Amino acid sequence: MGTIAAISGHMFALAIPGYLRSLFDTLENNTTFDTLLFAVFAVLGMGLLEAVMVLLRRWLVLTPGTHVEAGLRRALYAKLQDLEVAFHDKWPSGQLLSRASSDLSMIRRWLSFGLVLLVANLFTIVVGFTLLFSYSWILASVFFVVMSPLWILGFRFEKEYHVTARLSQDQAGDLATSVEESVHGIRVIKAFGRGSFMTEKFAKDALKLRGTELNKAKMEANLWFYFSTIPSIATAIYLPLGVWQIVEGNMTIGLLLSFILTTRILHWPIDSLGFLLSMTIDARSAVERFFEVIDTKVDITDPEQPKTIKEPKGRLVFENVSFRYADAPAEQTDLIDGVNLEIEPGESVALIGITGSGKTSITALATRLYEVTGGSVKLDGVDIRDLSREELRSHIAMAFEDSTLFSDTIRNNVLLGRPGSTEEDLAQALEIAQAGFAYDLPDGLDTKIGEEGLSLSGGQRQRIALARAVAAKPAVLVLDDPLSALDVDTEAMVEDALRTVLKATTALIVAHRPSTVQLADKVALLQDGKITAFGKHSDLIASNDHYRYVISSLDAAGKMIEVKY
Amino acid sequence: MSMQGVKNEEKIELNKEEQARVRERSLKLLGEIIKPVKNRLFLSLALVITSQALRVSGPWLIAATVDYALPAAQAGDLSLLYWTVGGYVTTAVLAGFTIAYFLRFAARVSQDIMFGLRKRLFRHTQRLSVEFHETYTSGRVIARQTSDLDSIKELLDSGGSEMISGILFMLFTAIALLTLDASSFLIMLVSFIPLFFLTRWFQKNTRISYRKTRVASAKLIVHFVESMTGIRAVKAFRKEKRNQDTYKELVEDYRSVNAKVIQLFGIYDPGLIMIGNITVAFVLLWGGFRVMEGDLGIGVLISCILYARSFYEPMENLAMFYNSYQSANSALEKISGVLEEEPSVPEATNPTPLAPRKGHIQFDTVEFAYSNGKVVLPKFNMDIPAGQTIALVGTTGAGKSTLAKLIGRFYDPSAGTVELDGVDLRQLTDDDLRKAVVMVTQEAYLFSGTVAENISLGKPEATMEEIESSAKAVGAHEFILSLPDGYDTDVNKRGGRVSSGQRQLISFARAFIADPTVLILDEATSSLDIPSERMVQKGLQTLLAGRTAIIIAHRLSTVSIADRVVVMEHGQIIEDDEPAVLIAGTGKFAKMHKAWRDSLV
Repeated sequence: MGTIAAISGHMFALAIPGYLRSLFDTLENNTTFDTLLFAVFAVLGMGLLEAVMVLLRRWLVLTPGTHVEAGLRRALYAKLQDLEVAFHDKWPSGQLLSRASSDLSMIRRWLSFGLVLLVANLFTIVVGFTLLFSYSWILASVFFVVMSPLWILGFRFEKEYHVTARLSQDQAGDLATSVEESVHGIRVIKAFGRGSFMTEKFAKDALKLRGTELNKAKMEANLWFYFSTIPSIATAIYLPLGVWQIVEGNMTIGLLLSFILTTRILHWPIDSLGFLLSMTIDARSAVERFFEVIDTKVDITDPEQPKTIKEPKGRLVFENVSFRYADAPAEQTDLIDGVNLEIEPGESVALIGITGSGKTSITALATRLYEVTGGSVKLDGVDIRDLSREELRSHIAMAFEDSTLFSDTIRNNVLLGRPGSTEEDLAQALEIAQAGFAYDLPDGLDTKIGEEGLSLSGGQRQRIALARAVAAKPAVLVLDDPLSALDVDTEAMVEDALRTVLKATTALIVAHRPSTVQLADKVALLQDGKITAFGKHSDLIASNDHYRYVISSLDAAGKMIEVKY
Repeated sequence: MSMQGVKNEEKIELNKEEQARVRERSLKLLGEIIKPVKNRLFLSLALVITSQALRVSGPWLIAATVDYALPAAQAGDLSLLYWTVGGYVTTAVLAGFTIAYFLRFAARVSQDIMFGLRKRLFRHTQRLSVEFHETYTSGRVIARQTSDLDSIKELLDSGGSEMISGILFMLFTAIALLTLDASSFLIMLVSFIPLFFLTRWFQKNTRISYRKTRVASAKLIVHFVESMTGIRAVKAFRKEKRNQDTYKELVEDYRSVNAKVIQLFGIYDPGLIMIGNITVAFVLLWGGFRVMEGDLGIGVLISCILYARSFYEPMENLAMFYNSYQSANSALEKISGVLEEEPSVPEATNPTPLAPRKGHIQFDTVEFAYSNGKVVLPKFNMDIPAGQTIALVGTTGAGKSTLAKLIGRFYDPSAGTVELDGVDLRQLTDDDLRKAVVMVTQEAYLFSGTVAENISLGKPEATMEEIESSAKAVGAHEFILSLPDGYDTDVNKRGGRVSSGQRQLISFARAFIADPTVLILDEATSSLDIPSERMVQKGLQTLLAGRTAIIIAHRLSTVSIADRVVVMEHGQIIEDDEPAVLIAGTGKFAKMHKAWRDSLV
């Protein structure tokens, strides 16, 4: 539709001077006021039509173009949310952002501008050549042959430019990543006074992008040179040929004139093919980058026929579970290497192990943030892979070690896992997490907290995150070192309050300190990817050396291990 | 309302005064970014004019071929034909060369502008204080540095020189028309009246719409960045659908303002064409009338009409350029706002050099309040002699981190002074201060890059041996070796593959290698297991020898390496003495210590 409007717009524009010319002939011979008025209205009418066609083209093509862009953007976002955490670990977020912003608007611009012009211009060129051949096949053939290197140049350009266009988009994504990290890591940069160091590093990357862009410009300029000069050279070759034809009496002057005029009209469409080509290639690599994400297979998906657990009791069982990160070297043994763990409904188990032993990975397996590479995790006897992710995650709530909060009110952050809870539930959750400070914030529970809860202290954030897990009222609570940022007093209070919740709820708690371990009924010791000990804290501390090494600051005799100077 | 800096930057409709204020600062920025390339801009303008002139001479040479060379050839004389055709090829090739050269030249100019602006904006946001970043949100900073810069790039790509050559072309055409027939020229002048009003209408509406575009696009980016960085929590709490709804709304907001702008241009552009065509019709009417009366030659009329028509031809390009300018302008409004923000922790204008560093810290009647007036730390004095290790304890929210951040100059006190070796921190260069004081926080952020690169952030020129020995000192060496590529392992986004305890170890190594005089550890061991913590503490003994240290830790095991314990509550120091004295006493710390001892079992 829009293309038709574009073409007709061109045609009306072309028609006006033509009409004017024929008009003058009549004006000269037959000068009545009526003819003049008629001519004026004809020019007005055609001018109006030209404007209307331009209007139609803009409205018919460009507005739908924004819908296409919006649709692609939503699809990309939905896909990114669907993709598993492992994908996000791998992909720098700036690369994702640049796809969602500049790439998509590039595609939109091409659809609504580049594509339309490309089609309209190609159409004009084909019509023009047909006309040329009808005027004089000899001249037209010469013109055509001299122009043919443009094809080869175009193809060669396409190949080279594609690589560079892609490179520039990737580098822009890298730059976005640097920007993002420079902002998220601002405290670290400031703490070490590395502002200028980071700026230099950033400048180096920006310089790389500048180089690539200049390369692109160079290629485009070269192409432009050929696309604008070769048609002129072709003209210069057929022109004497035409003159010779006239001298020989094989051609009339009028025919040569029409031929020349038509080639002049074709000049711009041919010239513009150069930049339309580069724009098309830019858009193509933007599309490629878009589909790289869209075509990524989601590894953690919902089953086709999900089972449901009507009344979750919260029996969580790890059966011979193994797990390794996809990019772990082949010679490395699995990080989790055959874990067996049964947590009865209402029971709470603390998970202990040295830093890097895989505790956090185990908690992530329970909610399928990562997928087991062997064995299975079962909730109330159902393999969690047979549940929809939505249902699974409504039965199991997590509190992460780094307490990610969203820029929203305290209320919404706490009720994230169970929107529509009552005020009492909310109050209770805050009470349990000792997050009463929230009431004292400027707008109480309706205070908007900054992104990632930045304006709260670490301990406050952790308590809000804990309240969030509690407020979800899940069958199973997974707490990853939930009290690490709390002082001893607050920790003790939170523990007391948490005990009441844990009586009724199954819990898996990653712990580093004996005090947190005390929350749990039993303790599982994770060592070399396996559970090597399971039992009560007091028993293990008496009987297991590794356990004592991991959890206790006291030696076997019960004396504090002092750090000696 | 004040439009200072980023204040009220999401406001769309500005009153006169605000408008003037915002325009002034964005024009100033525009001037600043153009200034270094001003001469080159003139050169590129000259290139454009040359190439246009060469291009225009092409048709003239063809006409000469047909009018003169052809009859000559028919008479048997080919020399003129050689001349015109040769001239045609020469001008065409020259025109091609100048255009191609111009394109490369212009790209260089615009890339230099972009590079300068990018770097300037990056450096400036790095200089802005933590307080600014906390309130402005990272997503907005990112939006300013990505999508806003994109729209400026679009303006640069749209070719300002073509606009100027277009204006020149119009000027020449107008002059030609004036000399040919003054009354037709007058008709054209009259057409400027609707043109003016149409442009005013377009300017006013697009200004508002483009401002909305910038705000909508920033919101889109803020939401996108937040959901991607918090993807674990999003998934765990099934926020996907709600996110999708929010995002859908934001996308629609952005789309509709975008469509609005496009539609405005969709009226403006054909409007211009129509005004042009109507003018041509009037010139024809008036001229035709005079031709009938016999006052005007038909040839003159034809030329008048052709001139009038070609006068409006560059108009569409001008309109497009103006459109990009409007878009870039609203981006400039936002960027200039950020650039206008002064760091609330400004660099010393007349810095005092800090020579031989000792590490003596003194708080002199210091008070700290947030910019909203809320007092966090009421007036206090404290003296930390060089080389002393202090444990800062107290309940969460007691103000320990704030006190530590005052030493690290994340904030400046609202009253009083913090001095290092007798020099007010505000009098030190950032370089001197950061060399002397290093802070390790609980949030152990890793940058994308290798483990080694992350450690060497503490000392960019560090050798591999130094990196390894610092990792060994904090007990991180073993786990680093077990990573896929050892020290060369890419930690990637937020250290997804490295556990938080390991991240803390890496950031410890970072501090270790930085070798500061004053070390601040703010909950830097919270995620470590007990063996690692023991290891770190062993490392600390070496690290802290001869340094001043402020350690904030909830686990009181740190106390064993402290010379002095400072207990804080509600922003005030309530106890301050040697650990043994406090433990033996009956105060707050004695209670805390006992509770902690009990918790160990």
